[in-house]
Amino acid sequence: MPVTRGFRRRRPDGPEGRLPPGQYDTGAGWPVLTAEATPRIERESWTIGVDGLVGEPTTWTWDEVQQLPRSSYNGDIHCVTTWSKFDVVFAGVSVDTLLAAAEPQPEAAFVMAHSSTGYTTNLPLADVTGGKAWVVWEFDGRPLTAEHGGPVRLLVPHLYFWKSAKWISRLELTATDRPGFWESNGYHDRGDPWLEQRYQGDP
Amino acid sequence: MTDGSFASVGVGATSWTTGRIISKDFPAPHLVRLRMHVDDRQRHWPGQHYLIRLRAPDDYTAQRSYSLASDDSDPLVEFLVERLPDGEVSEFLADVAEVGDVLELRGPIGRWFRWDTYTPALCLVGGTGLVPAVSMIRAARRLDRSDLLRVVAVARSPEELPYADELARAGATIAYTRDGTGGRPPGPPTADEIGPLLAGAELAYVCGSSRFAEFAEGLLIASGVSPEAIRVERFGVTG
Repeated sequence: MPVTRGFRRRRPDGPEGRLPPGQYDTGAGWPVLTAEATPRIERESWTIGVDGLVGEPTTWTWDEVQQLPRSSYNGDIHCVTTWSKFDVVFAGVSVDTLLAAAEPQPEAAFVMAHSSTGYTTNLPLADVTGGKAWVVWEFDGRPLTAEHGGPVRLLVPHLYFWKSAKWISRLELTATDRPGFWESNGYHDRGDPWLEQRYQGDP
Repeated sequence: MTDGSFASVGVGATSWTTGRIISKDFPAPHLVRLRMHVDDRQRHWPGQHYLIRLRAPDDYTAQRSYSLASDDSDPLVEFLVERLPDGEVSEFLADVAEVGDVLELRGPIGRWFRWDTYTPALCLVGGTGLVPAVSMIRAARRLDRSDLLRVVAVARSPEELPYADELARAGATIAYTRDGTGGRPPGPPTADEIGPLLAGAELAYVCGSSRFAEFAEGLLIASGVSPEAIRVERFGVTG
């Protein structure tokens, strides 16, 4: 592609080796991007379930999930709209902990994350296991706000952030992949920011 | 989109192409309008957006999403870009880009925030969030279905409202938040104003800043619109 006449790099690249291609450092900001109206969900009525191809379909209430071993993520997040945010801290529970309790069946290969709004996003099971994904309710030591997906959201920071479903309510394990909300609307099925897998048609 | 090829319009995979700036003007001091010829252009739905990508000599790139104001039948695509302070892409488009320049483009993108041209709908839009509503208005006019679309546009003042003539012709309701033009007290739209416009509307499209979207969602839900019937396109200050 041709160089754009008169355009020069103006933004720093961020920390060495941590800014994926086509992204920029949003600094202290955290843009809010959602497709639907922001729901107001009370902690007391929130639950999360793991079901589908599991041996023990399991549901946790807010109080129950607090009793699970706490796990946190300290690192970077990348949005498909091209902002990246460095050194964020989220805390909650590892998805591994939830899956261990629900006992995935051998044929489970994908997970559909469901939000209480009806939003869905699909992921290979391998992308949410092995310490790569969390269900979180704290950001920088404070309760996660509703506009950022609170009380509880999914966090899969090695993929574009639309995979980190806000207002998470259910993880459904399946044998075959089927597209979630944005994936049915033109976005990539996997969404690796380092490969720039933004839209359908990307590698 | 009057032929039988609905299913394939604007929903396939897209790839990067190039486009040339054919015209550039400033409807308001902070707004630049670009009309561009797109190479190998695909058809689009009203409400969809494009990516514009800029490339520096060292191959550094910056890209942003911009909604289309133009209808599918327009030989050019039209963008209206708000010039944001320190906006890496928007300042370039406003201050540096000239007619004849070639930019990288990709689109159309987005199958959610689009109007199918049949469903009765209300657009509640603020600032440059009115751009996708302009595309919807133009499609409705071409198809002689203007009765299906109601638009409520929010701006600070008449000086900051682009597409004023087109909005007026489409019968849009304009709410100025800082200006009492026409006897309407300054302020955001009220439940009394949007209530009658919601009669028969099956979908509501909200587009604007995060703050505006919060307000608009709240107003619609308070007016009895079900959350499932609200489609939102928010933009943050991403420059």
